Amino acid sequence: MSEPGQEVLRLEGLRKSYNVGMPTEVEVLHGIDLRLARSDFTALIGASGSGKSTLLNVIGLLDPPTAGELYLLGEPTRGMDDARRTALRGSAIGFVFQFHHLIQAFTALENVLMPLMAARGKPRREDIEMAQALLAEVGLDKLAGRKPDQLSGGQQQRVAIARALVTRPALLLADEPTGNLDSRTAADVFALFRRFNRKFGCAVLLVTHDARLSDACDRTLTLADGLIVSDQALVHG
Amino acid sequence: MWLEWTIATRFLREGRAQTALIMIGVAVGVSVIVFLSALINGLQDNIIERTLGTQAHIKVEAPDEVNRLLPPAGGAVQLVLEDKRPQRLRSINNWQQVRDTLDALPEVTAVSPLVSGPAFARRGSTLESVALMGIDEARYQKIIPIRNDIVAGHFRVGAGDAVIGSRLARDLGLRVGDKLRLDAGRGGDSVVNVAGIFELGVRELDSRYVYLDMKQAQSLLGLPGAATVIDVTVKDIFAADAVARRIARLTGQKAESWMQTNAQLMNALQSQSLSTRMISLFVAVSVAFGIASVLSVSVVQRTREIGILRAMGATRRQMLRVFLLQGALFGLAGSMVGGSAGYGLVGVFNAFGPRLFLIPVSPLLLLGATILATVTGVISAAIPARRAARLDPVVATRHV
Repeated sequence: MSEPGQEVLRLEGLRKSYNVGMPTEVEVLHGIDLRLARSDFTALIGASGSGKSTLLNVIGLLDPPTAGELYLLGEPTRGMDDARRTALRGSAIGFVFQFHHLIQAFTALENVLMPLMAARGKPRREDIEMAQALLAEVGLDKLAGRKPDQLSGGQQQRVAIARALVTRPALLLADEPTGNLDSRTAADVFALFRRFNRKFGCAVLLVTHDARLSDACDRTLTLADGLIVSDQALVHG
Repeated sequence: MWLEWTIATRFLREGRAQTALIMIGVAVGVSVIVFLSALINGLQDNIIERTLGTQAHIKVEAPDEVNRLLPPAGGAVQLVLEDKRPQRLRSINNWQQVRDTLDALPEVTAVSPLVSGPAFARRGSTLESVALMGIDEARYQKIIPIRNDIVAGHFRVGAGDAVIGSRLARDLGLRVGDKLRLDAGRGGDSVVNVAGIFELGVRELDSRYVYLDMKQAQSLLGLPGAATVIDVTVKDIFAADAVARRIARLTGQKAESWMQTNAQLMNALQSQSLSTRMISLFVAVSVAFGIASVLSVSVVQRTREIGILRAMGATRRQMLRVFLLQGALFGLAGSMVGGSAGYGLVGVFNAFGPRLFLIPVSPLLLLGATILATVTGVISAAIPARRAARLDPVVATRHV
């Protein structure tokens, strides 16, 4: 396993504008500098419209920045074409969305395997075993053959987490992962993130509104009007 | 392609009702095309077969006789009032040589010289106009296998034997073994023995043709040693025109193909083929629009899932192929069902239809329809597939 302090992500003067070149052009991120290490377990908080989701999309290589540079695992990404960004996204980043976003036509196990299948085609036996092991980690090994609509909300979110981890990503991005779950289920899901952060050494960046959740993280970034206004490390007793 | 195939088939299976409806649409379209094409091809083959069953593909005759004019003396103006010459019955010059030339042509399957001219057939006081056909029997059979159409007696010409049509036999009250007097208006007449009666099913021929051997026809028509026509059949009946032109060039005789003789028929057949093709084209176009619209709706319905797949590392090309594959599958599966249905329709038509003729269905037609439908499916999927490939994953994952 890579060393805990190793750099996963670095943002330098990152800016993002929408409708570039049009009268409605608007800059959402005004120059973000940020560094995330392997061991980081970070919460990103901020009011609605502060640019949290935009920042997450840019970090997730879903949306290219307008200016500045984003290094993922030391690699500059701004000049990459769509195919290379897609490949890097698939291998280095895991996503967990607010609305679990599973694909209905596939079973839980196949959903977990999807990032591997997108990259390599038909899954090999060891891929399937790993996916099954991940489902067991999130407590769903018995439900591997079910379709998403046969699972509860919490179960779906756990499948989504297993899916985000199947490629052993260096960075796990979660956008309000507990936003539509009840508080007990939310606590279970949060515990999973914690566990995987330690176990796989993957940096976690959680966007949340929930103060209880952000307080439980090691580090809290606060975003306001497209700028990081505070970066606090929390020490848990 | 494994992932694309898996996603495409899962999407199709998940959208069951939609998939079934468009498949039925494609199947109906393909079955209409298959049935219509088979019907029209069968009909046309049948018409051509019937037409050519009783005539040669090419008729070679002596060129028309024309007036020859002396060239005017230098500087003189010549006004000519010309009467067309009557075309008397006459022999092809050196017909044996022409026959041998034609025999050597690779496109030609049979060559039959004959002496043919008008005459009267008389029995008692009844007179019928007939066409004398003096033939070389072995050669003539290769052009029109008239042996198969004998309804009484035998096909035997020569030594005073003649074979006549069934209508002529009825009109003159003749039976096999009766005598018939033939007069070609050349001063002499002769009495022949009716050896056989044929029925080709063409009124004109059944009431007029009298088959004799060449010698007897030559002497009746006053053309000793002559052949007035050489009948020719060719391998490819639709190349008859070209072969006829070649024969005319080679021999200097007049050569007329069945396509010229039956120009109206050819015109009708071509118009029919054209309208069949137009109908097929429009059916294919409407099927294509059907596939395109179903896939367009599907892309909108699956926007969020496309976004997730893209976020999971699926590439634009992969998404493009997922939807192209769906189009191809619509075309392939629909055309297999539709092809079988069309085949079934043809079977029903053959078994319970008017039974005037049998429609053959070539496997080639089914294969062609399947390939065409699959390609149409891919082409009609192009626009929706491009839209799917271009979806921005950020926007798509927010789509609910």
